[in-house]
Amino acid sequence: MRGNFSTITKMLSAGVIAAGLSMSAPAKAADDTIKVGILHSLSGTMAISETTLKDVMLMLIEEQNAKGGLLGKKLEAVVVDPASNWPLFAEKARELISKDKVAAVFGCWTSVSRKSVLPVFSELDNILFYPVQYEGEESERNVFYTGAAPNQQAIPAVDYLMSADGGSVKRWVLEGTDYVYPRTTNKILEAYLKAKGVPAEDIMVNYTPFGFSDWQTEVSAIKKFGSAGKKTAVVSTVNGDANVPFYKELGNQGIKAEDIPVMAFSVGEEELAGLDTAPLVGHLAAWNYFESVDTPENKKFIDDWHKFIKNDKRTTNDPMEAHYIGFNMWVKAVEKAGTTDPDKVIDAMVGVSVPNLTGGYSTMMPNHHITKPVLIGEIQADGQFETVSQTPGLVMGDEWSDYLPDSKDLISDWRAPLSCGNFNVATGKCGGKGTN
Amino acid sequence: MTSQVGRIAEWPHDPRPLPGRVSPRPGKILKPRKPLKTTMLLLRAIGLMLLLTMANLSPSEAAEADLRATIAKFATAANFSAIEAVVRELAASGDPMVERPLSALADGNLYIRKADTGVFVGKEAGDAVGLLDPLSGEKAADAAKADLTKIKVNNGLRRVIRDALGTLTLRAKDPGVRLAAAATMFKTPDAANIEPLDAAIAAETAPGVKALFKQARAASVLVSDKPDADKLAAISVIAARGDRDAVSLLTSVEASAQGAVKEAASAAIGAINSTLAVWDAGQNIWYGISLGSVLLLAAIGLAITFGVMGVINMAHGEMVMLGAYTTFVVQQVIRTSFPGLFDWSLVIALPLAFLVSALVGLAIERGVIRFLYGRPLETLLATWGVSLILQQAVRSIFGPTNQEVGNPSWMSGSFDVGQLAVTWNRLWILAFALTVFAVLLYVMKRTPWGLQMRAVTANRRMAASMGIRTPWVDALTFALGSGIAGIAGVALSQIDNVSPNLGRGYIIDSFMVVVFGGVGNLWGTLVGAFSLGIVNKVLEPYAGAVLGKIVVLVLIILFIQKRPRGLFALKGRAVEA
Repeated sequence: MRGNFSTITKMLSAGVIAAGLSMSAPAKAADDTIKVGILHSLSGTMAISETTLKDVMLMLIEEQNAKGGLLGKKLEAVVVDPASNWPLFAEKARELISKDKVAAVFGCWTSVSRKSVLPVFSELDNILFYPVQYEGEESERNVFYTGAAPNQQAIPAVDYLMSADGGSVKRWVLEGTDYVYPRTTNKILEAYLKAKGVPAEDIMVNYTPFGFSDWQTEVSAIKKFGSAGKKTAVVSTVNGDANVPFYKELGNQGIKAEDIPVMAFSVGEEELAGLDTAPLVGHLAAWNYFESVDTPENKKFIDDWHKFIKNDKRTTNDPMEAHYIGFNMWVKAVEKAGTTDPDKVIDAMVGVSVPNLTGGYSTMMPNHHITKPVLIGEIQADGQFETVSQTPGLVMGDEWSDYLPDSKDLISDWRAPLSCGNFNVATGKCGGKGTN
Repeated sequence: MTSQVGRIAEWPHDPRPLPGRVSPRPGKILKPRKPLKTTMLLLRAIGLMLLLTMANLSPSEAAEADLRATIAKFATAANFSAIEAVVRELAASGDPMVERPLSALADGNLYIRKADTGVFVGKEAGDAVGLLDPLSGEKAADAAKADLTKIKVNNGLRRVIRDALGTLTLRAKDPGVRLAAAATMFKTPDAANIEPLDAAIAAETAPGVKALFKQARAASVLVSDKPDADKLAAISVIAARGDRDAVSLLTSVEASAQGAVKEAASAAIGAINSTLAVWDAGQNIWYGISLGSVLLLAAIGLAITFGVMGVINMAHGEMVMLGAYTTFVVQQVIRTSFPGLFDWSLVIALPLAFLVSALVGLAIERGVIRFLYGRPLETLLATWGVSLILQQAVRSIFGPTNQEVGNPSWMSGSFDVGQLAVTWNRLWILAFALTVFAVLLYVMKRTPWGLQMRAVTANRRMAASMGIRTPWVDALTFALGSGIAGIAGVALSQIDNVSPNLGRGYIIDSFMVVVFGGVGNLWGTLVGAFSLGIVNKVLEPYAGAVLGKIVVLVLIILFIQKRPRGLFALKGRAVEA
């Protein structure tokens, strides 16, 4: 059972303390502590995913304070609840920056929440660390993207399925929830597959609404599409709650991973926790981190997490690792800059390199995306992923996809003298527009 | 255009070399385990061989020793392709004894003991693993998980094992196993399969299995270099099967064959596809009925609270959610205390879910709604507030994540009716929805309580004058509606997420069904649910799930314009009031 009372009390007390401090003595706090904003939904539909990220941030801040804080000061978490309400994200971000005077904000999950806070961060000139895999086509001066761009997740996953190990897939079903991330990712994948010589009749794209629960028609369409005598795979960008009935229907209609594997980009250890995984063994997911990765860093992280959350059944997942990397990068950049002033920290961030949990180092690139390894895992009966393939080195996040006509000429480099997030190499001008 | 994956960052100041797990080329499989000292094993193998020659064993014992030597090679197999080689070697022995280690490997139950590199079939029990001999299946030892290495498998390996097992289990005692073997061999045709299949067909007595064997043989003939006459006969055998697997096989034949065979294959595909088109239409109707039964279950409680009583209850979905969480709690208790009862968990959960939701409904009616009769806007807002409170309460108690509710064995899997795959859980939910409807109809039409309910709805003042305690009838009616929503939750927990947001997905649909069917009429709800379900599912393959739903909504809006009281409007004085 998740989220027992101890977590809730902790959550409440953290909130109360944060609120109390920020109200009682803002001036004093500004001198003695460095404030870090945490902007994750603790209620509403996204609470299912985001609550964990709030907890992991509290853990990282506690650990940093135990090591003596930052620049001789203690760190202090300011937790706000945007309640899965996109406009409220912008309001809460403004509150964190203007009222609480935080040095940086860690937050957001959905792309729409990120888009809603972007103007606030550029207007008030603060820093946002965004920890979730997303559709790319964006690079902002005030945002650091620690989750995967499409080329750090989707494209290597498709490459794996095309390889002999992945089953030499020839026919593709792109199944997604109807919103910006799946639509953009599928656009990129479609262009990529066509560039690889897959004919249009071997690609089927389908979208379903949020929280969709009656998958009979879709699963039987997949079955039908898969019976054309060619190896077929499903690439799933189905989001959140809709996954459970989707996998249940696959199991009930007898679609096995050996016949039609499903490669998912939004299903991690947390999502599998609510499922009987026995019928799903062999289905795949692509991430930059799995809880099952066997490295000393990861073991320590999992142990610390279980100790902090006081429940050794809680899983870890990819966005948690992204916050781990992002937070350590920020700490290092602040130490390098010698101040928490956002302008100086933004300049100091590029090139900062910190250990990730999969045994390598992740580095912040000039386009504000990071380098990561890409892992392909198969679901096991115990709800964990078994890594079956891994990219040889680190893959650098590519913000503007090379496979979309609108964005293939765009690059991003936030270092002087270019300092532009959407520089068009064809026209030589800053200010190109991608897809979406 | 740069290859995106190829853009691998090289950072000179990266202070540590990449670890050994990272393989040197993209997509290459990781080493599943550390290679062990080969010399030791070589010695063991030589020792074994010496032992064999010296002891001059009987042939079967020698064969078993050979198998053991092959199985021991799992311990030194360094990657998936090496494991695959061992699997193929085992399968090539043709000995039915290798089924045990191969099945165990496919299920991820084959272990290597770190101390002596012995290979065992493991049975997990908590942190300990019971080790069984891979061939005889006798209990060998117990070991801690930490002392064992699990042999990893991937999809490719599982396929190889499944194919290998197919050939090996053709003569198994259990007809079910033989059937599975035939099905596998049908999907992976191979010219080498023809001979064993011929032998199996001659020996087979069960007609169903025999027919499938013949189809598997026909599939293998099509990929062999037999004469065209044989192939044409094979095509007619496969065409008689008439399903998607047949189309799949014939499509690949069509692509590679020439002349008469190609033509016969195309003709067969055309014939099968036209039959399948009819089945497809039937399938859409069945899916529609199934969706209709879910809508009926979700809406039927609302048909009472909204339809009969006229209360706009926005917390209706949360009653469904409470029923689902009751199922979860019941299953938790059963899992920890009475594992044998798991298949009965839903039956046990039904009355409890009814009680829990009915009591919460009663509390809502007594605490909130009775003060708001005749004020629909206030009722709407108040029950909306109640729904938020219930959601957050469940979130605080059980956490925001999904809870796992298992399917009992009799609700898993599917069976075929012609070319139509019917899943058991959907069929049970349909039967359950109709039963609930029948019981409710009986209560409303044939019991004194139902009579009082209808009397209060038809004319409250008159009913009160006749001595009916209208406030209590209100409270019990609301509790009944809520309780029905609770048992709907038990059924819906089988096909949907059990999370605090469960009810949100059903509230709009429920209102849609009740309004469409006609407020205050149970039959209207039934007809409304099934017609909306069928329209939705027939549209879905053409319009997609998103557009399909929009079209249905637009149709309902147009319909309500024409007939504001829905399909079956209630007639009577009370309606005008």
